[in-house]
Formats: sequence, structure tokens, C-alpha cells
Amino acid sequence: MLRLEKRPAPSQAWGIGAPILAVVLTMIAGGLMFAILSLPDAGLAAAREAGEIGFGEYVFGHIPVMIARGAEAIRTIFWDPLFHERFGPFLRGQLLVKAGPLILIAIGLSLGFRAGIWNIGAEGQYIIGAICGAGFGLAFYPSESILIFPGMIVAGAIGGWLWSMIPAILKIGFRTNEILVSLLLVYVAESILALAATGFLKNPEGRGFPGSRNLARHPGTDNPELIAGTGIHMGVVAALIAVIAAYVVLNRHMFGYQVKLTGQAPRAARFHGVDPNKLVIACMGISGALAGLAGLFEVSGPAGQISIDFNVGYGFTAIIVAFLGRLHPVGILLAGLLMALTYVGGELAQTRMSLPASAIQAFQGMLLFFLLALDLFTNYRIRGRRREVAA
Amino acid sequence: MNIIDAALIATLIGASTPILLAAIGELVVEKSGVLNLGVEGMMIVGAIAGFIACVTTGSPALGFVMGAVGGAALSVIFAVLTQYFLSNQVATGLALTLFGLGISSLMGESYTGINPPITPKLFPEAMRDIPWAGPILFGHDLVVYLSVALVAAVAYTLARTRLGLIIRAVGESHDAAHALGYKVVRIRFLCILFGGACAGVGGAYLSLVRVPSWTEGMTAGAGWIALALVVFASWKPWRALLGAYLFGGIAALQLRLQAQEVAVPVALLDASPYLVTIIVLVIISSDRGRAALNAPAALGKVFHASS
Repeated sequence: MLRLEKRPAPSQAWGIGAPILAVVLTMIAGGLMFAILSLPDAGLAAAREAGEIGFGEYVFGHIPVMIARGAEAIRTIFWDPLFHERFGPFLRGQLLVKAGPLILIAIGLSLGFRAGIWNIGAEGQYIIGAICGAGFGLAFYPSESILIFPGMIVAGAIGGWLWSMIPAILKIGFRTNEILVSLLLVYVAESILALAATGFLKNPEGRGFPGSRNLARHPGTDNPELIAGTGIHMGVVAALIAVIAAYVVLNRHMFGYQVKLTGQAPRAARFHGVDPNKLVIACMGISGALAGLAGLFEVSGPAGQISIDFNVGYGFTAIIVAFLGRLHPVGILLAGLLMALTYVGGELAQTRMSLPASAIQAFQGMLLFFLLALDLFTNYRIRGRRREVAA
Repeated sequence: MNIIDAALIATLIGASTPILLAAIGELVVEKSGVLNLGVEGMMIVGAIAGFIACVTTGSPALGFVMGAVGGAALSVIFAVLTQYFLSNQVATGLALTLFGLGISSLMGESYTGINPPITPKLFPEAMRDIPWAGPILFGHDLVVYLSVALVAAVAYTLARTRLGLIIRAVGESHDAAHALGYKVVRIRFLCILFGGACAGVGGAYLSLVRVPSWTEGMTAGAGWIALALVVFASWKPWRALLGAYLFGGIAALQLRLQAQEVAVPVALLDASPYLVTIIVLVIISSDRGRAALNAPAALGKVFHASS
């Protein structure tokens, strides 16, 4: 029998090793999942139909087919986006485009998660930020003033911040569960998005099609690629700034100390003079504003316009990124890049192996499962059960 | 045309059944001290598992059974991670929802745009034609009646039986329950499975009766509303029924208002079930005494027996 023994302090080695091991295990399990998706193999089935092979040969013939298929899927997702001769250069640029919003949102979420404040409605704050930012830009259409884009950035951050203040204020004022409120507000935000795309932000010259004017193709409201071919736009720069700022705040600043203290010992934090209400406002506000920023950069750059479904779930994937990065800024940076890789690789696998788009979502969920399971070894030690002397 | 009539009340009961089923399952899970935020994921996996089973076999009954199996299968992941690997319940629940949404659209890839076999009504047509009482009392399929029976069974079990007492003891203080010799992990594991099965049937009811067809992400927050419902109900089964019918009523009413083209923005009507859920949550949780008194004391806490 095995027995768990709590470690006096979390293991440093496992803290770093667990995410890496989780990625490896996910690759194996994911490869298996993709292999199973291709069953039964058409070639073997045809051979069996024609009577060329027996039943045993038919069954066992699948093993090499599955291994090949799984390996191909893993290579397409993790290797080809980076190193493929033909697609590599373009896809490497896409990597940063997708990692930018993920990292930006996850950095904000990680502060709250550390303090036990669960904002899981970043998707909604992302949508509202995009609508506010785009609305600001479109209000001045067709002006091409250079002041418009900075204004859009501010409007986007304020939009996301305001949307996150709803669960924050309800939590402080009425002790309402912020998990449920922030999540339910995602659906409200989606309704507002539908209203914006078909109503108040609809392109008047769009021949009746839903969707706003194109922001990315209009000077003044666009968020262009800063260095051609790299995919770096203002949002990616903002994400890097957020990583550095979060690192400094967490390690060198009183606020970061309060966040960490509240997460580890809420009672001690209260005696230390940490105001839990202010912490809720700050953590929710920061994560909301960053999610709003991510939405604005996306809608004025890669997405280009407000449309009914311009959001692709970055707000939810960022939750995985935050955990995979151990709620640590540098970890989140790496996790964001890895998760972006699965997005880019997933799209590649979609076109080249006709793997369904949703397979990647399941794959990302699996990654989080393995990570959560392996976390056990960070906090506990496995011991064989000693034979105890009967009293 | 009247806004409220017998047909509306009948629709309301149908519309509330999925969230009622999911909520009553989650209520038992939370009573045992476990917070499973993966209801949405278990519902949608139940929806597709039930749908596939029903379409391939042609039997709605088998569809609902497979819905329960699908939901329970997903909840096993949650149970193993939280009970044996001692993982954070909030994070694991979120992961379960994300994974459930992904795996369900993967499974349902080739099932969009199909209509499932019709689930039969329980009572003969003559009874359903009785004015008012007909559509409201006799106009449903078996699952609706079973869901009400399930509420009664859960209420009775929790309040009056030894099993209920054990579940509540585990949820109030796992250390005390452990010291008394109850298998905390095993009991919680079974409660989580029960919750998963209930959520799965609720999901299957969506894809087989309410909609009825399969689309990606079709639960659209029903699982989260079910979670809110448990708080609304202050962990009391009959109140969950009341709450579910209240929410179902709003959903049915807003659909009717949309159909009648009332001068209210469609977006506001679409958002109304979520907004009302938030408002109700605020009202419930602002009442300090009630919410705090009924919540299981060990809710969401990790149990690790050191001896």
C-alpha cells in the first residue's frame, strides 16, 4: 500500500518538473486520442472486406497504424508550426499573435488566483473591452488622427475593467460568489456583442451583413504588425510589459506581497492589515482591464472587426495558461507560447490531417488534468506503508 | 393573445427539467462537501452521449441511460483528481468544463443537423386535452416526472435516512466523519458519480427533447445556472425545484416575448435568464445568516487523512 505524506514545504523540483511532465503525458495521451479518432483504418477494413487478411491480422494491424497516426498528429501540432520548411516562417508569426492575448489575460488572472479570487469571466471582459475600444474608434470615423488608437486602448481597458467591477462590487457588497457572477456575465456580454454586431456598431455600408466597419484596414484605428513577418503587434508588446510588471509587483512591491500572503494565509493577511475588499477590487480590476486590452488589440488587429463570433475563447484558455504557468509571470509567458503552439498546430492539423477543430480544445483540457494530478507530488511525498506494530 | 396560459406553464416545466436534474445532482455533491464546477461539461457530454445512443439505437430510453453514463464517466475524472490526487476543486471543475466542451464537439462532429427519435409523452392524448390541467399535469414525458420524483427521493434521503446523515456528516466535517470510521473518500466519490449522472441526464434532455438536435456548446450556460440554483436553494432539494421552475419560467417567457416581437431588444431577452440568476444570487447571498447557515461547512476543502 502507498501512503501520502505532506511535505513540510512544496518541492521546488516538482514545481518545475510537473508542468513539463504534464506536457509529455498530454502528448502521449493526446496522440492516443487522435489515433483512436482515425479508427477503423480504411485500408485495413478494405483488405478485411476483400478477405485478404484474417480477423487477428485486422485487429493487430491497427497497432502500427495507430502509432503512426498519433505520432503524425503530435508532430503536426508541436513540431511543424516551428520547423516546417514551407509553413514554418508564416506559422512562427502566428504563434505570437495567439500567445499575446493569452499571456495578457493570464497574467491578470494569476494575481487573483493567487489570492483566492476567482475571476473566470475574462472572456466577457475581453468582449466588452473590444466593444468599448472599437466603439471609441468608430465614433470618430472617418478621422485618421493618431490620437484615436491611444484613446481606443484606454477605452478598451476601461470597458474590461467596468465589466469586472460588477462581480467585484457584488462580492464586496453582498458576498455574492464571484465565480458564478463573472461566468454568467460572459453570456450577457455575448448578447451585447450580438447586439453590437447587428445593431449599434454595424457597418452602415456593409450591405446588411452583420459586423462593424473594418478597424484593421482603416488608418488611425488599426493595430498593425510592428515588424513584418513576426506577428508582433501592440498587444504582444503589451503582454511582454505585463509579464515584466507582474514580476516586479509580485517580488518587489507591497501589493504583490499582500496578494501572496492572502493566498497562503488569509487570517495572517487580515492581522497584517490587508483589506480583503480592496484586494478583490484590485485583482478583479487588473484582470478585467488586461482582458479588455487583449480584446481591443485583437479586434483592431488580427480579428479586424467586431463580428458576432470574433472571440474564440482566449478568455477561457487563459485560465489553463495561468495554471500551467504556475501563476508565475515567467511560467505564464512560456505556457502562453506553448498553448499558442497548440492553437497554431491544431489549425495545421485541421487542414492537413482533417482533425476536427474541437480536438485541440479537448487536448488543452487534458493538459490541465495531468498538471492538476501531478501537482500532488509538489505538496506530498509518496511512501510505502510501513508495517506498524500492533498496539 | 395572453402572455401567460397553460401552454406557457407546460413549456416552463420542460425548460426547467435539464437545470433541475443537474442542480439536484450537484446539491448532493455539495452536501458531501465537494464543489464540482464541471456541471456544464458533464451536461454537454451527457447531451452528446445520449444523442448518439438515441440516434444509433432509435431508443430514447437508452439515450437517457447513456446520457447518465456519459456524465458519470466525465465525473470520474473529477472524482479521481480531487479525491485521490487532492487537486484544487475549483481548478479541476473548470478543467472538466473546458474538457467536456471540447470532447463533446469532437464526439458530435458527424451528428449535427440530425433529428433524434421523438421521446413519447407518458399519458394518452385524451388526458392531455383536458383544459389547463391536461398540458400542465399530463403533457410531459417520463423524464419530467422522474425529475420531480428524484427531488422527493433526494429530499427524503438527505433528511430522513442513515445514508443522508452520513453524506451530511462527511460534508460538514470530514475529519469527524473519518474519525467515526466513515470512508470519506469513497462516499464523496459516489456522490460525485451521482452528480455526474444527473447532469448527464439533464444534458440528454436538452439534446433529445428540448431542442431537439445536437449543436456544439448547446448547453449555453445551463450548467452554471444549475450551480447558481444550488446556492439559491440554500442546499434544500424542494427549493431547488422551486428555483428551477422560476428560471424555466423566465426562459419560457422570454422566448414567447421574442416570438410576439415585443418592443424589448432581443439581446436583453436573450440575456435575461443570466441576469435574473445574478440578481437572485445577490439577494440570496446578501442575507448573511441564511446562506452561511446552510452551506456545508467542509465545502470545497481538500480531505487528506494523515492517519
